[in-house]
Amino acid sequence: MNLQIAAQINSFLAAFVLLTAFAMLVQKRIYSLIHIFAWQGLLLSINTAIVGYVANKHHLYISSIMTLSLKVFVLPYILHVLVVRLKIRKEVETLVNIPMTMLIGLALVIFSYHLMAPVSELSHLITKSTLAIALATVLIGLLMMITRKHAVTQIIGFLAMENGLFFAATSATYGMPLVVELGVALDVLIAAFIFGIFFFHIHTTFDSLDVEQMAKLKEGD
Amino acid sequence: MTLLILLGVPLVAALILAFVGERKLAPEINIFGSAATCAAGFMLALQVYEQGPMMAGGKFFFVDAFNVYLAVLTSFVSMTTAVFSRRYMRREVEHGRVGHVQMRFYHAMFQLFIFAMLLCLLTNNIGVLWIAMELATLSTVLLVSLYRTPTAIEAAWKYFILCGVGISQALFGTVLLYFAAEKVLGEGGEALLWTNLSQVSGQLEPTVLSLAFVFLMVGYGTKVGLVPLHNWLPDAHSEGPTPISAVLSGLLLNIALYALVRCKVLVDGATHSHQAGNIMMGFGLLSVLVAAFSLLRQKDIKRMFSYSSIEHMGITTFAFGLGGPIATFGALLHMLVHSLAKSAIFFTVGHASQMHRTQDMDKIRGLFKGNPLVGWGMMFGVMAIVGMPPFGIFTSEFLILTATIKDAPLLTPFLLLGLGVAFAGLFRKVQQMVSGDIPDNQRSLKVAHLPVLLHMGLVLIIGLYLPDFLSRWFHTAVELLK
Repeated sequence: MNLQIAAQINSFLAAFVLLTAFAMLVQKRIYSLIHIFAWQGLLLSINTAIVGYVANKHHLYISSIMTLSLKVFVLPYILHVLVVRLKIRKEVETLVNIPMTMLIGLALVIFSYHLMAPVSELSHLITKSTLAIALATVLIGLLMMITRKHAVTQIIGFLAMENGLFFAATSATYGMPLVVELGVALDVLIAAFIFGIFFFHIHTTFDSLDVEQMAKLKEGD
Repeated sequence: MTLLILLGVPLVAALILAFVGERKLAPEINIFGSAATCAAGFMLALQVYEQGPMMAGGKFFFVDAFNVYLAVLTSFVSMTTAVFSRRYMRREVEHGRVGHVQMRFYHAMFQLFIFAMLLCLLTNNIGVLWIAMELATLSTVLLVSLYRTPTAIEAAWKYFILCGVGISQALFGTVLLYFAAEKVLGEGGEALLWTNLSQVSGQLEPTVLSLAFVFLMVGYGTKVGLVPLHNWLPDAHSEGPTPISAVLSGLLLNIALYALVRCKVLVDGATHSHQAGNIMMGFGLLSVLVAAFSLLRQKDIKRMFSYSSIEHMGITTFAFGLGGPIATFGALLHMLVHSLAKSAIFFTVGHASQMHRTQDMDKIRGLFKGNPLVGWGMMFGVMAIVGMPPFGIFTSEFLILTATIKDAPLLTPFLLLGLGVAFAGLFRKVQQMVSGDIPDNQRSLKVAHLPVLLHMGLVLIIGLYLPDFLSRWFHTAVELLK
């Protein structure tokens, strides 16, 4: 494959990753959120495989397959099952209204480009232009965690951040060493079990997954 | 080999305890496992002391004076905590606060937590360091919510989310570090090995590294509990079981700081400036001041002492940031003595709150009369922690202050203000609790003497006379961190 074309495909996929990040930021329904999250995982997986092919880095195939299985199938499935079991139908309320969140998201993207410009200049990889998008994805995930007051959306925001980090590793250095990638995947999997248990605890204790109710622990009272 | 035992024992113990479960022997297995880990830790220290730094497992593990002393400390405090937790947790079961299923979970996770911390310390790969740090968080999240009360679940959720977010930033920092390292060292796992990185740190791209440090500082700083990233810490400490508060305060915060310091050494090498140090000094000083004033307002005994932990981590971070031989020596010593004294305090706090069945300081009274060991233990613990001579913390704080007066005289008053306020706040509260007559709500209890006496004894000995091997050890570590 021609390097020029590969770089373009890479940028194209990166644009879609950013699009899914914004889609998650504005999506109110939990089912749709989980679906968008799965799509984001699929885009990352394809991107990783292409980068692996072009750069001739075989360990990226393993990362790609791991991403495919973990982020496209396992995690969305677990989330789906939990949402069905806990009978969550309510639409998610946002703390800040959606147009405002979009604007903050835009500002974050610009900020990421500004921050990553000197780093991208040093890079000679075909993926160098997407590093800023990776950071933007991380920051938008963070924004989502802050603006949503529902346990499931906070977790999806957390996982979206993790997606952004994975993307950053692929863009900056063609992926971290395999040991590290495997370890990170293992941590994400453990985290998935933990938040699964958590959802049940929160649900039985507070009778809903609205994090707003958890505000007993305050300072100085 | 010793290294393998050191890491293997807690992992195997975690598996065994997961299967043994609620049977009567579980606490004893827990103690036995931790004791074996501790023995292995001392053996490893002896090896390093005699033969100098070493690598094992194909460069995967690296042991030098800096991390081996923390490994010994970690395994030692986890052993004494296991001893303390045997009786403490049994009583919590009797009081009906935890069920048998949770106890199985508690023991297995305790060992897994120790494993994660030791892996953090001993690994040579800064990527694996990150993974182990995340594992340490994950293994303690459900321990914080062990009591399943609404507040405990809230605290654990906060801990999970905030530390998850924080540590993600650290991973981004690690990616950037790898990006810079790859250019010099070539790609593959070799470029993330600390031993390789520290050799070539002068050639790493300074702009990338200073950017990476910001992310690493925010990430690991969240776990150290530095203000303004400290929100999770008082909640997690006050709502979790006391043995867990003791190891969180005494060990986990140290480990996170260790990770930060390792990264700082690399960044300093690349940038040839004091930039990373200045950032650390800023965060450290802010933590000291905010924590000192916050602890004045606390009503919950464990919350108060968790703010004191933030204060002390602030002092240590400040000292590492200040750099120079005296401050670094002080910081290393401070990590050691704070860890010992703070876990001892948490042991006595655990006993005191069990005697009164509350963590509300207004309802805890008459500890001297009720149980002299608990009362005097807490009194001496607090005297040590506020930095009164002849305890070890006096020595370390004195060193840090001397270095501050010399290198950053303008900051000295702020540091002193923080120390003074914390001193007054802690003393006022503790004096009320230990003195007076035995109140109606107090019950007498059998307590575990050994952990408190051992820790306080060590803090006292270090304060009176710093053993030769320890000071030589610290000097070697100071050389490493230059």
